[in-house]
Formats: sequence, structure tokens, C-alpha cells
Amino acid sequence: MSSADLTLTEDGIPLKQKLARTTALQRRRALLLTLPLVLFLVVSFVIPIGQMLFQSVHNDKVSAVVPNFAEAILQWDGQGLPPESTFEIFVKDLAKAKQVREVGRTVGNMATRINYEMPGSRSLFTSTARKAKKIEAPYKENLIKINKKWANPAIWLTIQRAARDITPAFYVAALDLKYDKNGEVVQADELYQIYLNNFMKTIWVSALITLICILLAYPVAYLLSVLPLRQSNLLMIMVLLPFWTSLLVRTTAWIAILQTEGIINDILVFLGFITDDGRIQMIYNQTGTIIAMVHILLPFMILPLYSVMKTIPPSYMRAALSMGAKPIYAYRKVYLPQTLPGLAAGTLLVFILAIGYYITPALVGGEDGLLISNLIAYHIQKSLNWSLGAALGTILLVVVLVLYWLYNKLIGIDKLRFG
Amino acid sequence: MSAESPLVRFENIQKSYDGEILVVKDFNLDVAQGEFVTMLGPSGSGKTTCLMMLAGFEPATHGEIYLKGKPINKVPPYKRGIGMVFQNYALFPHMTVAENLAFPLEVRGMGKSEREARVKRALDMVQLGEFGGRRPMQLSGGQQQRVAVARSLVFDPDLVLMDEPLGALDKNLREQMQYEIKHLHEQLGLTVVYVTHDQTEALTMSNRIAVFDDGIVQQCAAPAALYEKPENAFVANFIGENNRIMGTVTALADGQATVKSESGDTIIAQQINVDNVGDRTTLSLRPERVTVAPGEGNTENTFSAKVKELIYHGDHIRTRFTVCGHDDFIVKVPNSANHAALQEGNTVTIGWKMEDCLALDA
Repeated sequence: MSSADLTLTEDGIPLKQKLARTTALQRRRALLLTLPLVLFLVVSFVIPIGQMLFQSVHNDKVSAVVPNFAEAILQWDGQGLPPESTFEIFVKDLAKAKQVREVGRTVGNMATRINYEMPGSRSLFTSTARKAKKIEAPYKENLIKINKKWANPAIWLTIQRAARDITPAFYVAALDLKYDKNGEVVQADELYQIYLNNFMKTIWVSALITLICILLAYPVAYLLSVLPLRQSNLLMIMVLLPFWTSLLVRTTAWIAILQTEGIINDILVFLGFITDDGRIQMIYNQTGTIIAMVHILLPFMILPLYSVMKTIPPSYMRAALSMGAKPIYAYRKVYLPQTLPGLAAGTLLVFILAIGYYITPALVGGEDGLLISNLIAYHIQKSLNWSLGAALGTILLVVVLVLYWLYNKLIGIDKLRFG
Repeated sequence: MSAESPLVRFENIQKSYDGEILVVKDFNLDVAQGEFVTMLGPSGSGKTTCLMMLAGFEPATHGEIYLKGKPINKVPPYKRGIGMVFQNYALFPHMTVAENLAFPLEVRGMGKSEREARVKRALDMVQLGEFGGRRPMQLSGGQQQRVAVARSLVFDPDLVLMDEPLGALDKNLREQMQYEIKHLHEQLGLTVVYVTHDQTEALTMSNRIAVFDDGIVQQCAAPAALYEKPENAFVANFIGENNRIMGTVTALADGQATVKSESGDTIIAQQINVDNVGDRTTLSLRPERVTVAPGEGNTENTFSAKVKELIYHGDHIRTRFTVCGHDDFIVKVPNSANHAALQEGNTVTIGWKMEDCLALDA
């Protein structure tokens, strides 16, 4: 806009500027109101996510324990074995590190870090560290004398990679890949390929749960929207009842119902459909995970569907019928398309909740019902490989964002109606 | 009404939703081919229920509805071939205007080219030829209304039902649409059953009006007859404005009723539905049939009245009098060249003719 077009107020100040000035207080006040939430989100959400992203590519266990050596090994060209001088620094650093008791900076921590990439190498470091004080020149020769594994160039390549603080190694591991002995990224052995399969399984199980939720929720939501107020209120209470019960109680109830000595199996045996030996395994496997999670996530599908259906007046269907459309045709052409915003919102909500669900699969999932979030929890709580956990978490986040983006492309986020 | 069998016949229709209360008590109505019949009544009087039964969305509890001589109680709505315009238009929001109009044609398996031709003709008919590609939400209320009308007509139904279609429009637009629908009815020779609670709308458009109250048709007649010759107090009150004077019949002779009002004044009225001397009666008198300073002998009834209030309405002056003990007696004094110059507080004579004052049920 050229200055000639600027609308001026009486006193010659551009209108835009004047308007901004008069509404400034209002805007500041509104901003102030959101401040607590913004601060809360920053502390509890933005910072942790940032930390996770950082953690997934950052691990300084080697450089923190043997700093001088870490610097030296990075100078090495990777051909054959490192030079004698590097060996010397290694032995001296190792001897010094043996004295450190500070958690996170011990030789054990370093050994664990390298063990991630070269399974079975942990004891090599701990045992060598115990003897490090006594090792004298020539260091290379004497070190190999203590343990001839030190003559293997692969171990030095692995250490060199681990000496870098910023590393893609955990993504390599999370994607079922590994470094071969020349340092090339290749597919991991079949036995160790667990994460990609689990990602695929998690997506598949979440999709299945979402589909079952749609099939179960749609008629209920429709009923809710057309019943007289008194009955629909009762039904709504029944829909919301699960929300008022502890997640643990609900899941435990499913165990009581579904286990091999549980109610359903007892009834089936009593009625003679199955023999006492042929009791069906319905829990502590994928089936159990799916049943319990459908139950828990169902309200998240029903509520957005209901809120949309509630706004569709019955006259639309009547209009379609009066124009000669048979009920099913009218339903498909007129009613269903109008419920799509609610269906889309429910689908997105349930799928994203399912893909990151942790507690239910942990309780009733058994072996094959575990989802990716359980593996992430395992690495955070048990194996303490936080970097790998963070890498898996980041991949999950990326998957969700990609799905969200796809969804937005296909349906359009602005069309969603959550209620 | 034509001699051949009517297009629509309601026969002893009763309807109850809860098994306790009859919403429609005993409904009988014939609608002839080409007729515009309005069901008029206050809300809850059963008029919409009757329309829904005709459309097939509500089953009749008792009685039979005939369409072209065939009983249709068991015919589902999609086989009745009745066009319908709904109160909120019910235009499908996810379809364009053209798709909305094409919907009934598609259902009938009509070919694409014929469909398009028909849609175009229907849109041109309501002067919306340019709007086929728009979504209903992008149209104004009046335009949506026209689309709804076009959609109900596009498949050439035998009968078009309209359920308070103009209720959501503002006053000017409503009047304009009344004329448009009336003209469509005349040009296309449509048969229309129309439901409204707005008496002006009913009077403007209809050939006949069935006035509903309390599940019963109080009177079914042409607009002029309803206004001029209401058969009972409800109709007189519901159609147009009227002054009501309560009284007791003291004499009946030659279609004339002599009535003593509660204030003790004697009024001569036309006997409509009072049968016995001594009966209570409601006298109904239209505000425009009262003359100020009528002149000796011109009117059977002449009283002195006190002006309470004058409201200037442009074409007439609405004047509130106290007369015959009635504190709220309205007279429309025409704003003509030689109209009486009234002041608040004046006492003047007013009068009315016997035949303009109807003695109805109390």
C-alpha cells in the first residue's frame, strides 16, 4: 500500500496505528490471562520435548569418562589400529576414570554406551579398567596381551563413533539398523529387528482399534442424538461411566472377565461350547490389548460423533425421503456425509491416543500385545538407554505428525469438530 | 371443488403420540387438484402433525388418508411422490445448489443431460440461474428459500407441502416470497398444502384455509368468508383483529340478535351461532367497520365513546375508545381528507351496522 492510500484519523495518525494503540491494553490483558498456561506448557511440554530431541542424538558417556582419549581417537584415520600415543592416552584416562565414583561418569557407564553398539564388549572395558593402573609402555602391546580383543580394529572404530557426543547411532538402532565392522550402516540381524516391526504392529493395532471404535460408536452416537432427552441422558451416563472409573480398575475388570479362568470362559465351558481344556486365551495377548483399549477409547469416538449428529436436524433425512430416496440411499448420501467432521475428529483422537497408549498394553498385553510405548518405557525405566528411548519417542512423534499432516491433506483439520 | 375425486382426502384422522392425548381429534379435509389449501392455527394445534401424516413421516393413529383416491397410510414417504418445503429449508449443506436440485432426479435414475436441463429450468424459475454452483450456506435466507421451493418442484410432484416455509424470513422478504409462491402456484397449476401460524400469509396465498385449534378444524373456508363470516369466536379472533363484547342474548328474530352487554347497553347483532334467548354470547366487531360520528339513522348501533388513545399509523389512525364498558375498543379511523379530528379525552358518537356485528358463541 502506498502512503497515499493510508487512512488517517482526524489528528493525522494512520488509522491502523491508532487502532493498534487503542486496543493495546485489551490485547495485553488477554495475553496476561494466557500467561500461566503458556508458562506451564513451556515447562511441562516444550522443554521436555526439546530435551527428548536432544537426548536422542546426544550421548557424552565416552567423552565424559575418558575426555583426553576421546579427543585423540577422533584424530585417528580409522586405518588398522590407532597409533601408540593414542593407546597411551587411553590407558592413562582409563586408570584415572577408574577412581571416579560419580554416577553417570564411571567406566561402567562408558562400557554400557559402547556395549549398545557392540554387544558383549562391556566386560572388556571393566576388566581392562581394573588393570589399567599397572599397564606400562609399550601400551599397545601390553593392552593386547591383557585381552587380545584389543587387536580387533572394529572395537576401535566403535569407540571412535561413540566418542562423538552428537551421534545418529540411536536412530540407527531404533530403525533396526547397525554398523558393520567397516562402519557402514546395514540391516541388523533378524533377531534384533524388533522396533520397526513393533512400529508397524502399533500402527496396525491402533488402526484396528480405531475401526472397531467407529463401528461400535456410530450407532450409539446416533441413538444418543435421536432419543428423547431422558433416555439419552441415561445412555450418556453409561457412555461416560468408564471416565469416572480408574483406568486400573477398568483394566483389572477386563482381566477378571477375559482370563482363562474368567467369567466368559466359565460360561462357555458351562454351556458346552468349549471343553475345560480348550479354554480360550483372551488376555495377556494382542486380543486382550485390543478389547481393553477399545473399551477405554470408545467415549473419545462417541462424543465428537454425538456432538455433530446432534446438530443435524431430522428434516434433512425427511427431505431426502420426500424426494424419493430410499432410506439407505438417503442415509448414505445425506446423513453420513454430514457426520464426517465428527467421524474425522473421533478417528484422529482415538488413533493418536491408541498409538501412544502405555498402561493397558503393559497390564494386559502379555508378550505380543506390547506396543511401541511399552518398549520406550522399557528403555527409559529398565535398560536405562535413554538415548534409544528418546530416539524411539522421536520417531513416534514424527509418525504421528506425518499422519496428522496426511489427515490434514485428505480431510482438512479445519473441518474437524470435537464437540 | 371439482366433482371428480379430490387429490387428497383426510378421512376421520386421529393422531396421538403418547396414547393419552389426541393431538388431532377428528380431521376431515378434501384438497382438489390445483387448490392452495392452508392449515392455519396456533402452535400445538395439530396442523403440522396433519402435514407430517400426509408426507408419511408420522403414521395416523386412526382414519385414512387418500392420495388420488388410493389409501396411502401404508405407503412409505419415498413412494408418495410429494414435494416438500421444510421450515428450515433442509437444503443439504454438503451439496451445491445444483446438486441439491438434482438429488430427486438422480434418485429417479434420470439421465445426466435431462437432469441438468431440469435443474437449470427450476433455478431459472426462481431467478437463481447463476447460483447453481454455490453452497446453500453462501446464499441469503430468501435465496435459500427459493432453492427449497425449486427443489420441491423440480421432480414435478402431484402435490407440494410447505411447512411454515417463510417463518425464518424478515417481514419484507416474507411478503415478497408470499407473492412469488402464489404466482408459482397459479402459473404451474400446483396443488399446495401449506402450514402456517401467520394469518396474513394464509389470507394472501390460499384458495381455502382450514383454521385449526385444539386438534379440530374450527372452520374451513375461503379467506374472505373466514374474515367476513367467521363461524365461531375462535375464528373471529384468530383471523384479523376484532373487538369482543361479552353479553347475553335477550331476543332473537329474523337472523337478528338483541344482546345486552355486561355494561347494560343493548346492541343489535347478526345471529351466527347463538341459538337461545338467555345464552351468553361474544359479539365480534372488526375495527374498520366502526364509524365515528355516523349520522342519525345510518347505523343500528350508536353509542357515545370516550377517546383513550390515538396512535398514528399513516394510512389510518388507530383509536382506542371506552364504550359499552369496554376499555379496549379499537377503531381504525381512516386517514382520509375529511376524517374526524379526535383528541384524547374527547367524547364522540360511534356506530356500527347490525350485519357487521356478529353474535358468536361465548
